[in-house]
Amino acid sequence: MSNAERPLTGDFRADGRPLGIGEYEKTGGYLALRRALKEMSPAGVMDEVKDSRLRGRGGAGFPTGSKWSFVPSGADVFSSGPKFIVANADEMEPGTFKDRILMENNPHMLIEGMLLGAYATGADCAYIFVRGEYFGSARAIGKAVAEAYGKNYLGKNILGSGFNLEMHLHMSAGRYMCGEETGLLNSLEGKRAIPRTKPPYPQVSGFMGRPTVVNNVETLCNVPHIIRNGAEWFRGLSRGFSGDGGTKIYGASGRVKRPGAWELPIGTTAREILEEHAGGMRDGFRFRGLLPGGASTEFLLEEHLDVRMDFDSVQKVGSRMGTGTMIILDDRTCPVGMQLSLQKFFARESCGWCTPCREGLSWVVHMLGAIEEGQGEMEDIDLLLEQARLLAPGHTFCALAPGAAEPLGSGVKYFRQDFERHIREKHCPWKIKNS
Amino acid sequence: MEDKKLVTVYIEDKPYRVRPDQSMLDACLSLGFDLPYFCWHPAMHSVGACRQCAVKQFKDENDRKGMIVMACMTPAGEGTRISIKDPEAVEFRAKVIEWLMLNHPHDCPVCDEGGECHLQDMTVMTGHAYRRTRFRKRTHRNQYLGPFVNHEMNRCIQCYRCVRFYNDYAGGRDFGVFAAHDNVYFGRQEDGVLESEFSGNLVEVCPTGVFTDRTLKMHYTRKWDLQTAPSVCVHCGLGCNTIPGERYGTLRRIRNRYNGQVNGYFICDRGRYGYEFANSATRIRRPYRITYGKAGEKIENALEEGKVLPHVKSLLQGAKGIIGIGSPRASLEANYLLKKFCGPGNFYAGFSDAEFNLVGRIISVLTGGPVKAPALREVAEADAVFVLGEDVSGTAPMLGLAIRQAVRQKPVEAVIKSGIPAWNDYAVRQAVQNDKGPFFIATSAATRIDSLAEGTFHGAPDDIARLGFAVAAAISPEAPAPDGSLPEAAAGLVPRIAARLREAKRPVIISGTGAGSRAVIEAAFNVAKSLFDSGKDAGLCYVAAECNSIGLGLMGGKSLREAVGAVRENRADTVIVLENDIFDRLSAPEAEALLSARQVISIDHLPNHTVSMAHTVLPAAVFAEGTGTFVSNEGRAQRFYRVYVPAGQVEESWRWLSEFLAASAGAKFFTVDDVQRAMAGELPAFGGVPAAAPPADFRISGLKIPRQPHRYSGRTSIHADVDVNEPKPPADPDSPLSFSMEGFDGRPPSALISRFWAPGWNSVQAVNKFQSEVGGRLRGGDPGQRLIGPAGKEKSLPYFTGIPAPFTRLEGKFLVVPLYHVFGSEKLSALSPPVSELVPSPYLALNPEDAGELGCTEGMEIRLIVEDVFFRLAARLDASIARGVAGFPLGLPGLHGITLPSWGRIGIPPGVREAAEESGEDRA
Repeated sequence: MSNAERPLTGDFRADGRPLGIGEYEKTGGYLALRRALKEMSPAGVMDEVKDSRLRGRGGAGFPTGSKWSFVPSGADVFSSGPKFIVANADEMEPGTFKDRILMENNPHMLIEGMLLGAYATGADCAYIFVRGEYFGSARAIGKAVAEAYGKNYLGKNILGSGFNLEMHLHMSAGRYMCGEETGLLNSLEGKRAIPRTKPPYPQVSGFMGRPTVVNNVETLCNVPHIIRNGAEWFRGLSRGFSGDGGTKIYGASGRVKRPGAWELPIGTTAREILEEHAGGMRDGFRFRGLLPGGASTEFLLEEHLDVRMDFDSVQKVGSRMGTGTMIILDDRTCPVGMQLSLQKFFARESCGWCTPCREGLSWVVHMLGAIEEGQGEMEDIDLLLEQARLLAPGHTFCALAPGAAEPLGSGVKYFRQDFERHIREKHCPWKIKNS
Repeated sequence: MEDKKLVTVYIEDKPYRVRPDQSMLDACLSLGFDLPYFCWHPAMHSVGACRQCAVKQFKDENDRKGMIVMACMTPAGEGTRISIKDPEAVEFRAKVIEWLMLNHPHDCPVCDEGGECHLQDMTVMTGHAYRRTRFRKRTHRNQYLGPFVNHEMNRCIQCYRCVRFYNDYAGGRDFGVFAAHDNVYFGRQEDGVLESEFSGNLVEVCPTGVFTDRTLKMHYTRKWDLQTAPSVCVHCGLGCNTIPGERYGTLRRIRNRYNGQVNGYFICDRGRYGYEFANSATRIRRPYRITYGKAGEKIENALEEGKVLPHVKSLLQGAKGIIGIGSPRASLEANYLLKKFCGPGNFYAGFSDAEFNLVGRIISVLTGGPVKAPALREVAEADAVFVLGEDVSGTAPMLGLAIRQAVRQKPVEAVIKSGIPAWNDYAVRQAVQNDKGPFFIATSAATRIDSLAEGTFHGAPDDIARLGFAVAAAISPEAPAPDGSLPEAAAGLVPRIAARLREAKRPVIISGTGAGSRAVIEAAFNVAKSLFDSGKDAGLCYVAAECNSIGLGLMGGKSLREAVGAVRENRADTVIVLENDIFDRLSAPEAEALLSARQVISIDHLPNHTVSMAHTVLPAAVFAEGTGTFVSNEGRAQRFYRVYVPAGQVEESWRWLSEFLAASAGAKFFTVDDVQRAMAGELPAFGGVPAAAPPADFRISGLKIPRQPHRYSGRTSIHADVDVNEPKPPADPDSPLSFSMEGFDGRPPSALISRFWAPGWNSVQAVNKFQSEVGGRLRGGDPGQRLIGPAGKEKSLPYFTGIPAPFTRLEGKFLVVPLYHVFGSEKLSALSPPVSELVPSPYLALNPEDAGELGCTEGMEIRLIVEDVFFRLAARLDASIARGVAGFPLGLPGLHGITLPSWGRIGIPPGVREAAEESGEDRA
């Protein structure tokens, strides 16, 4: 594939070091910003992004242009005073590492995307909220922000346009909840990372109670290319089978031949990603299932592999595309053990705000742990399924527990015989086999 | 709220007309549905954390599938359609309890909350009964949180109400939520006394036994075993409504009694924990007279039952002039009968003369001026507040809590206008952030609520008054302006305060007797009048120090110094002192002169200096042992009732006095109703008193209202050690309440609510069932009867013109001004052991520069001489005190007997400075 077909990753340096500002400019960097400031109105930028059918790459797939359009511009209390744009770089979804690749290799692309987003929404202050463990990303972004200030891409009266934007790098303290956009905002304000109610949406009352747009890193990185090459070009990048525009950074981890991430047209099938790009299963390992987009999506099996990896298609087979980075379960890994590991993560990362998540996930971990240790009881299986059913969207305050329930419910359903075997044989069959 | 249009919502397919500015949980509870909840609180609204109030919501009548939503987070919009009974919702609510119970210790039998536990009630309500988990429970370490609140974290169900009350509502800073997931912890960063003076509300806010009343624990009794009656707090002048509980003749605890207009859901710690003076071992339990032995030693001679009246009668018959000293802490009825007994010309109000004048001025302003005195709720709803001279956090703590809510009014209104509903608490708080509405405070020294203020001024009372006069003049050209200049800090504030008050719709001006300055009170009036004249719905709130200060002020009488004169000039030889220690009101020489009368009769409940000098002492009932009326600072007459019959020969003061009257004049008052009828007939100011509560012969279906819950246990065995026959319950001629379990078990009139209980609602949350709508007024109206109101505009008082000259420092002297502490400045509560733990030690606050000139450092012992009275105090350096002013924490142990403000001299005792220098050298 040519670089033009891989706008996000095509210009990366071969040595894996971040593009400096000069290099970025040579690839056409900041042309979109210049064009927008000179030729386009904020509404024009917003319309272009709407037309591109860019959908949020953080996992929920909400149309980006629509998200921006909710920022108020009327005469009420929220319309006057400062507005914010925040890059959600708290990439903590298990199995997901696509934003890190973008930030470490081409940090200016994110900055330019945020500049365009800020221009479109009237924001005058930007935060990049980076996962606490992402030291490399933070270094690259810190340097890039300084470079951008040096060339007046940031700061006051940017490129003589009268447009101002201050940008700050904020390192997270390391909680999964900080990746939830409202938890992120609380954390950014120095409060506990607990979710907020919606409505009011952050676009109306976000950071410090001011209008705030929170976008995923990959989402924002697409914006300069859309403005530079046009919405139609962007729509043409996708496989054309879905309404989604652009490319997507897909990834695969697990016992595949070549774990990694690849920028592909949105709508590429799971089979193609798994077999062509990841090189198929390693020798001696059989495919049993995969989580299509990070830990908080439902398992897909062999029979689902021809699904196109776009937001709507994956939903049709009962899961979600999520972050588009797959975790693959093989036959030599215990599905109960994998489940326990996932649920331990979710239970630990529960913020403790709402009852079902705080108590339910902890109970789930107790039961899974017992099953894995050979202390399980047959009733536990139905209890696990009941917990997965009860931890539904709307039952909980935010999407964390429903996200945890997706691999739980589907995992118990698809691998029930393995759970039963643990309980019947009173030990984990995989542990015996491997010893 | 009444002007809001109603909408139709459907619950179980039945239409209901409700207000749209509420959540569906509010609506359901107001309509009387039983819908369980934990994190929601009517004063703190919805946050959606606990997920307990799940209901099924349907799009329209054709939607049979619906979806689970939280009622507390669902607006009551036109056509909103929900089902509480939907099987999926019912199941989910039971599962929420199951989750909450996974780690709950199930220790109800040994838990103080048992029997009045919201978690118990909600568990029963949802039907969850069977434990399906076999795993270990998580446990926590508990903390020492001080003498008021006990901590048992293992019981916590993480509803977050504690932290929302303590931090968000009451502004506490030393409490919080720690850790995450199923290990969330509510407490302090480390063990220690909770700093907030509202910490005791955690006990009622907590839905289970994490935070319980530590004083109750010391003499524990279950709610169902407590005998209770409606009462009124005696520890400041605001008149918060309370429910004292008694068992075996001792007072066990105080709970808040909801009054929508006054205290709402909360009371301060002074009010909650000050009660234990009633249980003091030093209580006067029997009447006695003093005789002197051969060596001149004092002998207490007990007066047996039947001997008291003959003794008193003989005293009175031999008397050449009887005078009575009333009391701002005694009931209206007692003060009235004393006045009646001695005659109006011989009744002296039991205030210090200075306070007598201040209270009189307040009453004349509130009745003669155009501005209303707002209830506490109206203060909380004010959109601008200006405090002039009163440290409300020390003298009337709940007023501080109301101001804390008032400063949010303006920003919250703006947020609501933008479409965020008021009940969505965290959304509102996130949008408001730290924005505050206009609040200005001018006091002698920094107070606990200064941090809320847009502007503060600290200065001498005269300068505070001048600031007030200047603000009034800036608002209305008709108001007189002070001559000369104001201190720089005050001058800068004047235009801002005036502008912000003018912008407000419902400004409230707060002042009081605390500063000891008439000019301050008059300046506050001028500000309020100037706002009223500019068309504002202004309020004028004065703090009066004691529970019946305003009542006594309305009763009138002569000044206490005149009483001294009457004794000195032999116009009176017999003095009856009603519930008063006159050493708090007069200088020691004057008090001694007054008590040098031939016969002094003291009616009181605890020993004090006056009691020790009396010749005859009669034991008086404390508030919980008697029935009567107090008038609060807003002029609200409120009835309090006898909770239990006290041990010994203790009687209500008014009953002693009615005996005197019977003995001398033959006019006997048998009941409180008799006294009130006579008082209302004789003194027009008290015409409204009988209407404050139903009369004693009030019955519902022929039944009295029981003081004991229907589950009260042990009545046949309590006295079994004395007599196996069950004694007849005491009679109560003064109220429609009975000392028994029998009687009307439903919802009584609001003034007669002895406890909040409803079937299925054993906890204090049962208050929902007593309100016309949750968080609103009690059904039938909130109790209390306003006795005073503003005059018509035409008849209104003119602006005051007595503007004092600027404060100027005097060489070698300090203007000593009073300072106040929540714990310590009020005498009765300070006698309660848990409160006394928190009383600061006496000190004198000085500006650091003044201290430097005196050569005095923090903590150094200094001498203060005021009005020839000598105090040894530790110096406290306080930069908020103006130069030339010294702050004297009135009421702390030993700190009374002077009238402030007053000029005093400060000296350093010989040797002290040298010792300090030496120890400084040692350290070096």
